[in-house]
Amino acid sequence: MATSPTSPASDAGDIKAVPVRHYGRWLFALIVLVFVASLLSSAIRNDNFKWDVVGDYLFADRVLRGLWLTIWLSTVAVVLGIALGTLLAVMRLSDNPVLRWVSLAYIWFFRGTPVYVQLLGWSFIGALYSTISFGVPFGGPVLVSANGNDLITPITAAILGLGLNLAAYQAEIVRAGLLSVDEGQVESAKALGMTGAQSMRRIVLPQAMRVIIPPTGNQAIDMLKTSSLVATIGVADLLYSVQLIYAQNYQQVPLLVAACIWYLLMTSILSIGQYYLERHYAAGNVRELPPTPLQRARARAASVRFGGPGNPG
Amino acid sequence: MIRFDAVTKRYPDGTVAVDSLELTAASGQITVLVGPSGCGKTTSLRMINRMIEPTSGTIWLDDTDTASMATHELRRQIGYVIQHAGLFPHRTIVDNIATVPFLLGTDKKEARKTALELLERVGLPPHFAKRYPAQLSGGQQQRVGVARALAADPPVMLMDEPFSAVDPVVREQLQDEFLRLQQELGKTIVFVTHDIDEAIKLGDQVAVLRVGGHLAQLASPVELLSRPIDAFVAGFVGRDRGYRALGFTTAGTLSTRGEPTVTLGAAIPKGTDTDTWLLVVDAQQAPQGWLDLGADFTGHETVSDELLYRGGTLATQGGTLRAALDACLSSPSGRGVVVDDGGALIGSVTAREVLELIEARETERQP
Repeated sequence: MATSPTSPASDAGDIKAVPVRHYGRWLFALIVLVFVASLLSSAIRNDNFKWDVVGDYLFADRVLRGLWLTIWLSTVAVVLGIALGTLLAVMRLSDNPVLRWVSLAYIWFFRGTPVYVQLLGWSFIGALYSTISFGVPFGGPVLVSANGNDLITPITAAILGLGLNLAAYQAEIVRAGLLSVDEGQVESAKALGMTGAQSMRRIVLPQAMRVIIPPTGNQAIDMLKTSSLVATIGVADLLYSVQLIYAQNYQQVPLLVAACIWYLLMTSILSIGQYYLERHYAAGNVRELPPTPLQRARARAASVRFGGPGNPG
Repeated sequence: MIRFDAVTKRYPDGTVAVDSLELTAASGQITVLVGPSGCGKTTSLRMINRMIEPTSGTIWLDDTDTASMATHELRRQIGYVIQHAGLFPHRTIVDNIATVPFLLGTDKKEARKTALELLERVGLPPHFAKRYPAQLSGGQQQRVGVARALAADPPVMLMDEPFSAVDPVVREQLQDEFLRLQQELGKTIVFVTHDIDEAIKLGDQVAVLRVGGHLAQLASPVELLSRPIDAFVAGFVGRDRGYRALGFTTAGTLSTRGEPTVTLGAAIPKGTDTDTWLLVVDAQQAPQGWLDLGADFTGHETVSDELLYRGGTLATQGGTLRAALDACLSSPSGRGVVVDDGGALIGSVTAREVLELIEARETERQP
């Protein structure tokens, strides 16, 4: 647009537009910047943070192994939580009273007890049930049977503890999303001959996503950090790994800083993912989507290269 | 053909929405259900595709009892258009239209091609295909709603006040195009409205329902206007019904008299005649308006647009008595302008002549 010689901007050469000057805005920006800069420099120049030690351990083998465990454990727990949570939400809104009540009871229990206790509970499951079998209940034939302690390893306990707890919260998020979709949409879908499942999958869920994604992103980010609770059941995630290291060398602060750098990096990546996912599901809702930061940067680069609006190349 | 056989809908609280309705909607015709709020017209419509289940009675779709079919199967054979179009906001226009073909497992490419044709058919440009519903106006969305209902080429269409949420000008356009479309397609249509004018304009037959779900009268529009069965129907059909009934009577060939004219852009004739109104036509002899010869023309040499009185409607030779009479009543000169199908001037008639014609018709009808 800017490069087109017929664009209105180039015709308006004789009008000199001066943006309104916000002196107050500039002043406050300056004050805040000075404050932030002094805070940063105090951290960077403070020798007690031992930045060289942070650097040494940031890519240490044990830290990276812990990081990897945190990543995949959180991923599995989030996937489990979202899948089960969605199922629970659909059950909760179902016409079938049994499904409704089971879902309600599940949410009541798993939201009502601390996730820490749930983790411990899963790790003790071997003590509660020495064998775990699947089969026809109440004395019917057993199909699969395993020793409780073999089946529920600390990792399995961690996945179950985190995932099942997340599912309870996720169920409420999905339910809110489903309820946010206009009832007329279900009507329309039915009138066109969709079955209940079809209208849920093709019409309701895609529209509910707009409401579901932001809090779900929150949950995923939260899970990255909540997963550090698995230290209590002896699973060596990122945090537990650095704890093991500083238990030996007493460098608590730099090691915790190193862990936080990794947590921040992971949550940043998740936030970016969430941003693009939100855009994807916003289709049809915003008349024209605003450009992404990347598109904006590209447009700016292009306008610099070809000359700005008042200066057609 | 859709046949209601003693259909009743009674809600658990005892309210009777529809009371043993007997009604046949003939194939290839538009049957309009009309009545005040709470008369059960929408309930009746929604019982056809079983969005609402009848309490008793049977609804036949040709020779099939609708209750014997799976609801989603039944609904895929019945197009359905609702008031606010009910488009899916997260899907593009073309995918909205192709909803039912997708459900029926039609090849995606094929379904989208049909959808594009339908888009054109309902009068929307092809570049709308990739847009989302929120980017369209209400009237445009309603057209898409109609296209979506037609997508799987169902023999039956149900329309629930499809044009009542748009402004009067757009509504009239949509109605006219709907009638044109129906002439091409010949669907069996059941149409619900609360607007008696719409019912009379669109219906091949009109069913007037009264509160409590009773059928008050089932008749053709002209019969409804001329012979309402009782006080309720007469009241509902409303005032001006005598005048409106003229809209169903062709005037035959009107004997017109020649009308002196002046062409747009020609010099203004000096007031030679005792009559002060002169008809202005364009180069193609199409009437443009009237010129008041008694007016002050200072600053004007020729007959220009801004001098015209454009109030008069035009009657078409072979059109209705209503159009002919309206042309006379709306013309500033009192002379109704009659044109041919191409829009070129034939001559003029007076209100008295049209009234004489109407009276002659009346004596013919009642010997």
